[in-house]
This record gives sequence, structure tokens and C-alpha cells, in this order.
Amino acid sequence: MNKYAKIATDGMIANNATFKLVLGTCATLGLSSSAFSGLGMGLSVTVVLLLSNVVISLLRKIIPGTVRIPAFIVVIATMVTLLRMFLEKFLPSLSESMGVFLPLIVVNCIILGRAEAFASKRPVLESALDGVATGLGFTFAITLMGIIRELLGSGSFFGVKLWEFSVGFFSNNAGAFFVYGICIALFVFINDRFEKLRRAKRSRALRVPSDALDAEKEGA
Amino acid sequence: MLTTILIIVVSAVFSQNFILVKFLGICPFLGVSKRIQSSFSMGIAVTLVMLLATLVTYPLYTYVMVPLGIEYLEIIFFIFIIAALVQMLEKLIQKFLPALFRTMGIYLPLITTNCAILGVAELVLANDLSSVAAGVAEGTAMNFGFAMLYALCAGMGFTLAMVLMGGVRERVEYTPCAKCMKGFPITMMAASFMAMAFYVFTLI
Repeated sequence: MNKYAKIATDGMIANNATFKLVLGTCATLGLSSSAFSGLGMGLSVTVVLLLSNVVISLLRKIIPGTVRIPAFIVVIATMVTLLRMFLEKFLPSLSESMGVFLPLIVVNCIILGRAEAFASKRPVLESALDGVATGLGFTFAITLMGIIRELLGSGSFFGVKLWEFSVGFFSNNAGAFFVYGICIALFVFINDRFEKLRRAKRSRALRVPSDALDAEKEGA
Repeated sequence: MLTTILIIVVSAVFSQNFILVKFLGICPFLGVSKRIQSSFSMGIAVTLVMLLATLVTYPLYTYVMVPLGIEYLEIIFFIFIIAALVQMLEKLIQKFLPALFRTMGIYLPLITTNCAILGVAELVLANDLSSVAAGVAEGTAMNFGFAMLYALCAGMGFTLAMVLMGGVRERVEYTPCAKCMKGFPITMMAASFMAMAFYVFTLI
């Protein structure tokens, strides 16, 4: 697998910020009550993540190591300010629905985390790709939760009414925690299954029983 | 006046609880709530920073930034003030209260990126008090006193939820459960039931 494909799959699936690393939880819980608001939040975070990753990666040789965190925060805060102005001007309904969570993108751990762990060490193109991949992973997760909660909570899909049946539990706060917990559990479960399958395949190829491979791995 | 104060207290602590109803400050709620002691320390630290941050940001916004017409810089200013305050508080506590520093020192740097702090600083900028604390008569103007009271009560609500969660998690940790539910998922389930309990307060 080449370098860029690995960055992309890492950001989107293998190290999914929401389900694997459990970062940026406030926004995920707060804005997943409908698929639209989830999608809006996800894309906003993706844009900020892309821009901040590019700028930080360009400035990585100039920023002194001791003050890097404040420097990153300034860059991120600037991007969020620009995004807020843009949304207020062109998409006022979206910025209204995001409310206090729009300025709070600044303190979203995903963005600072990627700046610190990736963009401050890698060249521009890779950082940009990482920003987009991580952002899309987050967008996917928050939109998925939005779809589930909207479908069960108000019986509609992206605002289109499908049926009359609805469970109020899913559209209020307790439902947010519940759906998030179930989603993480499912992600972990599926990931474990894939891991087991991959290991079994590898051990067959090597003609070693999988137990021996496990023991060897643990020994190492 | 008195009723307004009472409504703000009940609203910020219970019916609009920061963690369980407004979803602000979830990271420390999931991260450092393994023990009652540590969650209580975290809650107190957050309350302190919330009060200090509001003490600085609210006058700065109303008396400096609005007259100068630079409201659009609020995010950058606020995050910087919070980061600086946290640093200062950390140094002060380290110097004068070393015992306290040992128990809550590690939580202080984490507070900078806690959404609850910036959330309070942003929320109290609303002109109408009723948009922040539901139940107050509409049109009640926001002022500095109410802002500080709201920050204090929001911090208390935060501490309450943290301590409750710490108690729950001390039990949950030793309970057998499915492998994929270990850790975050089971904590989310516990939080879900707590949120249900707090939902009742919003119906009052």
C-alpha cells in the first residue's frame, strides 16, 4: 500500500477520530440529533482541519518548539473565525442550528490533535490529505449517528418524513449517549473480527497454526 | 430579583446541566471520572477557571471589544485569555498550595481545551438572559452579576455530574460485561441513564 493510501485509510477508518479514538465528543453528541446538522458540523470541521493542517505544515520550520501549542491555537482560532463569518453570511440557517458549537470548533480535540501529531512534522501535501481524511472520518461518524437518531427519533431521513412511528428517546439527550455507545461498541466488535480474520489468513499463508503465531507475537 | 437568581441556579445546575443536557465538557467527563476523588478535583478546577475566565472575558467583550467594533476577534481573544489564565493558575497553585497541586496539577493543562470554559464565555454574551437560563422572564437583560452567577452555577452543575459519574464508574469497572462494551461504550450507557434522570428536570 502506498504512503498516501495509508494516510487516507488511517484517518478515515483505522484511526477514526470518533469511534476509535473518541475525540471531539461534545460536537458529536450535541449535533447528531438530525442528519443535516451532523453533516454540516462534519464538513465545517473538515474545512477547518484541512486549512489549519496546511498552514501549520507550512509554518512547521518557523514555529519554535516551546510555543507551538499557542501558535497552533492561534491558527485554528483564525480559521474558525473565518468559517464563522462565511457561514453567517452565506448559510445563516446552518450557523443558527450549530449555535454555540460553532465557536467551540476551536477546542475540538481532533484538530489540535492532528496539528500536534501529524501536521507539525510532515510536508504540506501529506498534511492536507490527512486533514481531509480525518475530517471525512468524523463527518461519516457524526452523519451516521445523525441518520440513526433522526430515523428512530422522528421517523425521517435528511428531513424527509418516512413513517409516523417514532421513539422520542432517541432524539433527546439520553438517546445521544446511548447511540454513541452502541456505535463505538459495534465499531470495536467489527474491528476485532477483521483483525482475527486477517491473522487467520496470514497464519494460513505461513502454514503455521494461528495459536503459534499469537504466542510468537506475545513473546516478541 | 430573588426568583431570577433562584431560577438561574436551578437551571444551570440541573435542568440545563452542562455535561448531561448541553453536551459541553464531555472529554473530562469520560477521561478523568474513574474515581470520585479525581472527578471532584477536576470539577473544582473547572469551576475556578470558569469563574476567572468569565470575570475577564465578559468585561473585556462589553467594555472594550464592542466599543472598538472588534467583536469578530472574540474566539481568538477568549481562547488566549483562557490559556493564559490556566497557566497562571497552575503556577500560582504550584507555588502557594503544593498539596493541592499534587492532587489536581495534572488536570489543569487539560482545562484549556475544555469546551465548557469557552462555552460559558460564549453563552453569557447573549443579550437576553432567558436564552441562557430557560425559565427566566423574557427580556431580562444580561449583566455582569448574572454572568458570574451563571458561571459559578454551571461549574457546580459540572462538578455534580462529574462526581456522580465517578461514583458510577467505580462500580462499573468491576462488573463483568461483553468485551466490545468495555471502556467507553459501557460508560456511555451509564451516562445515558444519568441523562434520562436529568431530563426530568427540564420538564419542570
